[in-house]
Amino acid sequence: MKHLNWLFGLTFIVFTSSGFAASGKLLATPGVSQVEGSAGGGIVPWAQLAGYASDDEIALNGFCSRANVSDYRLDVCGAQLNVYDRVEFSYAEQRFEVPALNTDIEQSITGAKVRLYGDIVYSKWPQLSLGVQHKSLDDGSIASLLGAKDTSGTDIYLAASKLHLGALAGYNWFWNTTFRYSDANQLGLLGFGGPDSDKKLLFEASTAVFLTHEIALGVEYRVKSNNLGLGEQDWQDVFVAWFPNKYVSITAAWLDLGSIAGAEDQTGWYLSVTGYW
Amino acid sequence: MIKTLFTFVFTVMLVGCVSSNNGTLYQQLNGKQGVEKLVESFINQIGHDEQILAYFKQSNVAHFRQGFITHLCSVTDGPCEYKGDNMVDIHTGMNISKKDFNRVVELLINAMDEQQIPQTVQNKILSRLAPLRPEIIDI
Repeated sequence: MKHLNWLFGLTFIVFTSSGFAASGKLLATPGVSQVEGSAGGGIVPWAQLAGYASDDEIALNGFCSRANVSDYRLDVCGAQLNVYDRVEFSYAEQRFEVPALNTDIEQSITGAKVRLYGDIVYSKWPQLSLGVQHKSLDDGSIASLLGAKDTSGTDIYLAASKLHLGALAGYNWFWNTTFRYSDANQLGLLGFGGPDSDKKLLFEASTAVFLTHEIALGVEYRVKSNNLGLGEQDWQDVFVAWFPNKYVSITAAWLDLGSIAGAEDQTGWYLSVTGYW
Repeated sequence: MIKTLFTFVFTVMLVGCVSSNNGTLYQQLNGKQGVEKLVESFINQIGHDEQILAYFKQSNVAHFRQGFITHLCSVTDGPCEYKGDNMVDIHTGMNISKKDFNRVVELLINAMDEQQIPQTVQNKILSRLAPLRPEIIDI
């Protein structure tokens, strides 16, 4: 996480000293930060680009998240750069703790996302974005031991999202669907591919309703493939996101991650904080 | 646990779908009086925002007030017909950015908050005004 500390420090100095903060989008519309570093919900990348940059602004965000389930813990910190609300660059470092084996698995993820069409609030059709996440394990020995083909891999995804103003009896309704082409096992933490399994097209979706300007309540679903034959299951969560202002968001969620590496019923909580400049 | 929560969320959404509102949006805004108060708050918000006030330097406030009152009344299904200048004519040459457009939306939201207009009525008003954006920005 050394690189990230540097990046955060530098960013903080540059952006606070210049008094700069992108603010061209409406509150809450950029979404939050998902566990692979892209703008999204908690587990699904969304079509929105991270941060409040409009088409003549640049935004930089930093986030940290923790997922704590029955037998594991995942810590993630990362950053995103939004250039003119056209391209998003992201970087995240994940540390997956396996207390039973007294070991950690670390992975870094470099991402990019391009907005192809639209605006989640104003365009007639949903906002559409194409993204890529390149993932690389620091130490692939556990992945290899479990039968994964590779210790690094690249996911490609196409996401569509829309906010419908006043659509649910006057409340704002948000939805996102994502198609991901991937061979990652448990995000890539258990490597990529398996004995006789290749990349697959996987469906992911999120939906939320805004109870106030600042608070959204939603659910997510992410289809997973079972490349290693260890019974990998789909992920789902229920979340509450709070946007008190354009500088910070806080997300809490209840996770159901199914079976992970043979340990079943991995449920638990998730907490994430994103800071926006 | 997770199933219970899913059920809860979807129930919230479904209840949202079937619960109904009474009267036109104009009536929910408390009619003429409500619209006038809202526009007054909005003008006050603009007056305190340097970024947006700049666009109004050449404007006649009384003309804007009357025009927006009639426009809001018409957009919310009130007993008015907006016959003023069209959106394109008004905003041509102003070159309003997407960012500044959103800033104006935020000022309107502030004004609606100030007038204690319920969240659901606010959202419905915004959904009626949002389609006008292409006639206002970048021209």
